[in-house]
Amino acid sequence: MTSGFLFFLFKRIINVFIVLFSILVLTISLLGPTMDNVIKDSVKYSVIDSLSNQKVEFKDITERQIYIDKQINLQIKNLGLEEPWYSPNRFFNTLFKVMVLDLGKSNFFVSDSGSSSVRDIIIEKIPKTLLLFTTSTIVIAILGVYLGIFLANRAESKLDRANSIFAIFSNSIPVWWFGMIMIFIFAFSLNILPARSTPLTSPDDPYYIFDLLYHMILPFVTMVILGFGSVAYIVRHIVSEILQEDFIKAKFAMGIPKKKILYSHALKNAAPPIVTMIALGLAGSFGGAFTVEVVFDWPGMGKLYFDAIGLMDVPIIIGLTYVSTLIFLVTVFFIDIIYAYLDPRVKLNE
Amino acid sequence: MSSKKGYNNNNNNNKNNSSNNETKNDDNFDPNVKNNEFTIFKKNSILNNNTENKNIQNVNNNLTFISEFIRNKSGIAGVSILLFLVSMSLYAFFGIPFESFKEWNNPNYWIDNPRLASPVWSDFFGLLGRSIPEHMILSSDSNGKNTNNMKNKVTISTTNENGVNVVTHSYHINYNSDTPPNDFMVTYSLHKKEIPPAIEIELIRPDKNKFNIYFDSITPSISGSNQSITLGRIFSTDNLIHQKLLDYLKFYDYQQDNSKPEVMLFSNSEKRSIMKGNYTFNVKFYLFNNEDKILNSKFILGGEKFGLMGTDELRRNLTVGLVWGAPVALFIGLSVSTISIVIGMIYGVIAGYKGKRTDEGLMRINDIFYSLPTLPLLIILSLFIGRSIFLIVLFLIFFGWMGTAKISRSLALQIKNFQYVEAAKLIGQSDIKIIFKHIIPQLLPLTFASIAISVPGAILAEASLSFIGLGDPSIPTWGQILHEAHTAAAASRGLWWWLIPPGALIALTGLAFVLIGNTIDSVLNPKMKKV
Repeated sequence: MTSGFLFFLFKRIINVFIVLFSILVLTISLLGPTMDNVIKDSVKYSVIDSLSNQKVEFKDITERQIYIDKQINLQIKNLGLEEPWYSPNRFFNTLFKVMVLDLGKSNFFVSDSGSSSVRDIIIEKIPKTLLLFTTSTIVIAILGVYLGIFLANRAESKLDRANSIFAIFSNSIPVWWFGMIMIFIFAFSLNILPARSTPLTSPDDPYYIFDLLYHMILPFVTMVILGFGSVAYIVRHIVSEILQEDFIKAKFAMGIPKKKILYSHALKNAAPPIVTMIALGLAGSFGGAFTVEVVFDWPGMGKLYFDAIGLMDVPIIIGLTYVSTLIFLVTVFFIDIIYAYLDPRVKLNE
Repeated sequence: MSSKKGYNNNNNNNKNNSSNNETKNDDNFDPNVKNNEFTIFKKNSILNNNTENKNIQNVNNNLTFISEFIRNKSGIAGVSILLFLVSMSLYAFFGIPFESFKEWNNPNYWIDNPRLASPVWSDFFGLLGRSIPEHMILSSDSNGKNTNNMKNKVTISTTNENGVNVVTHSYHINYNSDTPPNDFMVTYSLHKKEIPPAIEIELIRPDKNKFNIYFDSITPSISGSNQSITLGRIFSTDNLIHQKLLDYLKFYDYQQDNSKPEVMLFSNSEKRSIMKGNYTFNVKFYLFNNEDKILNSKFILGGEKFGLMGTDELRRNLTVGLVWGAPVALFIGLSVSTISIVIGMIYGVIAGYKGKRTDEGLMRINDIFYSLPTLPLLIILSLFIGRSIFLIVLFLIFFGWMGTAKISRSLALQIKNFQYVEAAKLIGQSDIKIIFKHIIPQLLPLTFASIAISVPGAILAEASLSFIGLGDPSIPTWGQILHEAHTAAAASRGLWWWLIPPGALIALTGLAFVLIGNTIDSVLNPKMKKV
């Protein structure tokens, strides 16, 4: 590896940290006051709750109130809440807590295992989002690349034009709306697939995974239908640009079969932009995947986000913002590395 | 220096074609704008073309531009969709009362409408088997213009019977559905003095039988805020009507149910079926004071189809919501794309023209913006700062300028080396003047195409935000309507009229701008025409 590449790597990592840090600072400063209130409320409830269990006797209500206030103040002091949220001490403490997802308890949600800790709830949802998201992206990529090469070979044909129109259409259609239409067609009219994608079997059931996959069909198909057209469009243009190059014409002149030129020589040269394009599409459609989850009630992060917004469950919202930012940044980071690795022009920056 | 420049400064090192891939990929970092993928090719081609032959930008070519544009089929399609949307917006502002926009979330405003009624054309007017009853609202003010059946009308007459003023509002209804209506209702508002007026409803059926279905004096109202104005509603479920109908059971040759007036009144007397024909409901007001005045009355026949686009669960007329969605979507799309592209262009040109440390610093900031995850941030911002439509526009601009900044920077790097720019520098023109007078005009053609192409992204982003429930709740947007449809589980209940039109309009708007943008590009770029 050249020093240029290492420096490039270093710069990218710095960039990731700057973005992550600034988003966390923004989130905490926007949510700080709300979060304080949430914590103070939960302290209040726990004090009153423990009091009713202790069966301490009081002379009258005022004495009881004084006792409760005292307890609350004590707890708030113990938690370090008497300082405002923007004091440096507390700010960095919160920052650290968010980074390790130590966000206390959710007010409304419980995980499948019955825990109400924010970390457990979020960690449980991540694999489901990734399952739906990665499988559909992989299928979109494979379909798109093959269709794209196929079309590059038949540039200007009717099929090619049809795909261009289809790609433009599928880019203008909101994916969540298309999801609703799919539910209308397959769940309501034809009644062959479930409208809600949350499986009814319990997660401990050995057949849970099959049930989950069955419920995944509709959101998966929705994402694939709206996704592969534009990938094919891009691949077709990149490949047909490469087919114009002299070295490909030379290969034709040498008598190498067309199929081999297409799938081996042209594709090899088109690989860097295609890989980046697909990987970036993956990062970009991350937000779209969230709305798909909402439409289909898929039990992933997007659905949790939606529910948490509805109920204003601040710890969950902060946790999800952090996790999704992290996933996004890590994806973009790896795309950069892959691109730099595939395209020598980036590292040999003379 | 060269190693410090790093990855993003490649654009200027590799000229034209070889730098294409570079720009393409950088451009796509923005997760928000889905349509970027299309933009890239076009932008790059403009990029090459602009710098190669500047003639294209000459004003003289405007006419050729228009004539070429007209010759392009997809451009014409785009423009006609846009014209349709614009006329929809104009209709929204001039054709329907502005009140409907302000009162969109006020259930009282929509109280006369049916719940979840399908569009009037949904049964193809009875051509395919049974026809469903239409919801009719006849008002003494509008003379029955609300319904599409021209035979429905309202006549008002005043007579004097023994010193009592009798005002009669006659509602003539042509009923030709195969099923009875859901219910009917009479509403009125009037001025009254001490002696309360009496109200009588009589019905003349198509078989010329006269039914007296209601007679009562008007009780002091609770709803009227103004003392002298009395508002009232008489429902078909009223006990008085049931009692009155007892007398008419003998008219029927079979068992009728007087607790269901809407069925009984619209049934044949010989056999169990609906009697089609002209019904006249005479609503008579007996006024005992000379100052008493009937302000208006309405007759509502509850049906299952209503309006051009049906209604939603809160009885709102979806036609009105969809029409108001058009100006809102155009406003969001155009303002976000125009402002963000202008900002991006100026930012990029300053970076490219100034070069050196300014360039490095500005591009670092641009890099950071690029890697912001849009959706989580939009959620946080709209949750904790505000959800007004103007704030949403601001947020979308905030996330929308980076792509243009990169492209215009690389263009500025090339343009600043042109001789006329150098000459301008030599005669001592200020940097600002050079940027705005000599460099930015060169980028304008690129700008128009990019604005058009980035409109759908903005509209989609706002719709997605509304769909998650973070849109401006006070105004009807297409995303907002779909959000409500989703909350009411419209898809799994089969309420297609609530579901399909808003999304189709979003897609259509996006399509119009993509088509227009692509056409502008291909006209400005003879090379790319075939694509």
